[in-house]
Amino acid sequence: MRRMLRSIGRLGIACMVVIGIIILVAIFSPLLTPENPNLGQIGDVYLGISVNHLLGTDGQGYDIFSRLMAGSRDSLLGPLAVAFMATTIATVLATLAAWSRGAVDTGISAMTNVLFAFPGVILAILAATVLGASLTAAVFALTIAYLPAVTRVLRSAAVTVREQTYISALEIQGYSSFTICVRHLIPNISALIVAEFTLLFGFSMVDLSAISYLGLGTQPPHSDWGVMVAEGQTGILAGQPGEALAAGITIFVIVLAFTLLGERIAALGGVDYRSTGSWLSMRSPRRRIMAIQSATPEAEA
Amino acid sequence: MVSDVILEAVDISKRFGEMVAVQKLSFSVDAGGSVGIVGESGAGKSTVARMILGLEAPSSGKVTACGRDRSVPARSAAERRQRGREVQIVFQDPYSSLDPREPVGQGLQRLLKLHGISNAAERRERAAALAGQVGLGMRQLGALPRELSGGQRQRVAIARALAPAPQILVLDEAVASLDVSIQAQVLNLLADIRENTTIAYVFISHDLAVVRHLTDEVIVMRNGEVVERGETEQVLDEPQHEYTQRLRTSIPVPGWRPRRRITEVQDA
Repeated sequence: MRRMLRSIGRLGIACMVVIGIIILVAIFSPLLTPENPNLGQIGDVYLGISVNHLLGTDGQGYDIFSRLMAGSRDSLLGPLAVAFMATTIATVLATLAAWSRGAVDTGISAMTNVLFAFPGVILAILAATVLGASLTAAVFALTIAYLPAVTRVLRSAAVTVREQTYISALEIQGYSSFTICVRHLIPNISALIVAEFTLLFGFSMVDLSAISYLGLGTQPPHSDWGVMVAEGQTGILAGQPGEALAAGITIFVIVLAFTLLGERIAALGGVDYRSTGSWLSMRSPRRRIMAIQSATPEAEA
Repeated sequence: MVSDVILEAVDISKRFGEMVAVQKLSFSVDAGGSVGIVGESGAGKSTVARMILGLEAPSSGKVTACGRDRSVPARSAAERRQRGREVQIVFQDPYSSLDPREPVGQGLQRLLKLHGISNAAERRERAAALAGQVGLGMRQLGALPRELSGGQRQRVAIARALAPAPQILVLDEAVASLDVSIQAQVLNLLADIRENTTIAYVFISHDLAVVRHLTDEVIVMRNGEVVERGETEQVLDEPQHEYTQRLRTSIPVPGWRPRRRITEVQDA
């Protein structure tokens, strides 16, 4: 455990602290909010930063700091659901593809190629039309949108492990495919599974905010940071960018923390996601696959 | 009728697309016997190993080990485990042949459980005995592969292969990656095991000295075809085929002075 913390580096630990704090805030937000986030004072519109209102108030007299805290729940629950579902399904598909090779692999790859054609936000608009605009619809749409990329990345890692002779040795010993996959193959890609989960959390937070901004995600009376950016627009026009800025910066910091942490966790598994370009290029599954393929299996330490 | 032949390959061929890896190879190994397969890299030796184990199905021909056709997949879990007790392998590269996340002793104990030793105390004892047999101590059993040296890892791989008490052991360049002193230890170990059990060896190597040490018969392969075969001593002392002669003269010996480059010999 200590060695893991050391190899994740100071930056990684800082990211974990930021993420830890925001999770605690989300859990305890009803207890922590200094003001009622859903009760505005008509007279308190666009107040500046003060002791009473740490980040000022918005166009309806709501306390921005309290609304940020209250919005953290939906802002985190959405990405959590997307990242959890997509990585879980992707792990199963990737393991199946890498293990069976042949027709199953071809079938799964073909399916991911078809799904790849749909951008997440378009899928979310479609889902909102069919299911009605809600956070749930957006979460399902993004899960489907991210699934192919994550499946490909994890498949690539699983194929590398599959070709190691220790897997052949286990087959020759007479272990069942299921045992080999669950006890040996998946654990050996676990660092990457966690890394993909973390990266996906960051990516989908941006996308869910965008969907909420469009009004297709979180619905009133709930609110998240994407909704706050949208509501803050009128403030920007009125020369009061406080609300949009506060929500935007929060999204930025949290997403950055998740992305950096994801990269550090991948490095634990011996894969350098930065090796093929910048931080931004990590969003490209193709780049991530290249990084996996150029990694040496022995790099794990 | 009781047959002495424990492993038999009949006309096995393997093609990968256009490339012919192995061309109509036949051989048999008696119980307790030892056959060497030698040749340069790319001669098709490892493909033969993979076919014996059933990791690769032959394009044509048939491999029978302990009376069972290895070229078809196992039909049941019980048959799969039974196959594990018939043929085992030690791979060339000890750096990729052990699960990096599993302490080696734990791997051995799980194996023993798979092969029917249900009592935990008995498993621990057997694992320790296997480790002792290959010269590993209790301390190494608790280690992860990355904490062990290449030689120690290869000993673990040998212990793992011996754990189900197989009747046939395939050694695919099993000592090639070890340095010379450890090579000698491992070879002596393998010779000892053979003396004390009825295990049969299929020894795949490019190293003629190693083959001489451990085998009764030898098959010389080149480009997937057999160029010469016979008793090890005879083939290595009086090679008939010019390719075998060339393999033999390419071994550096004390006082060896490469005066001329060995010219590329035209195909026979």
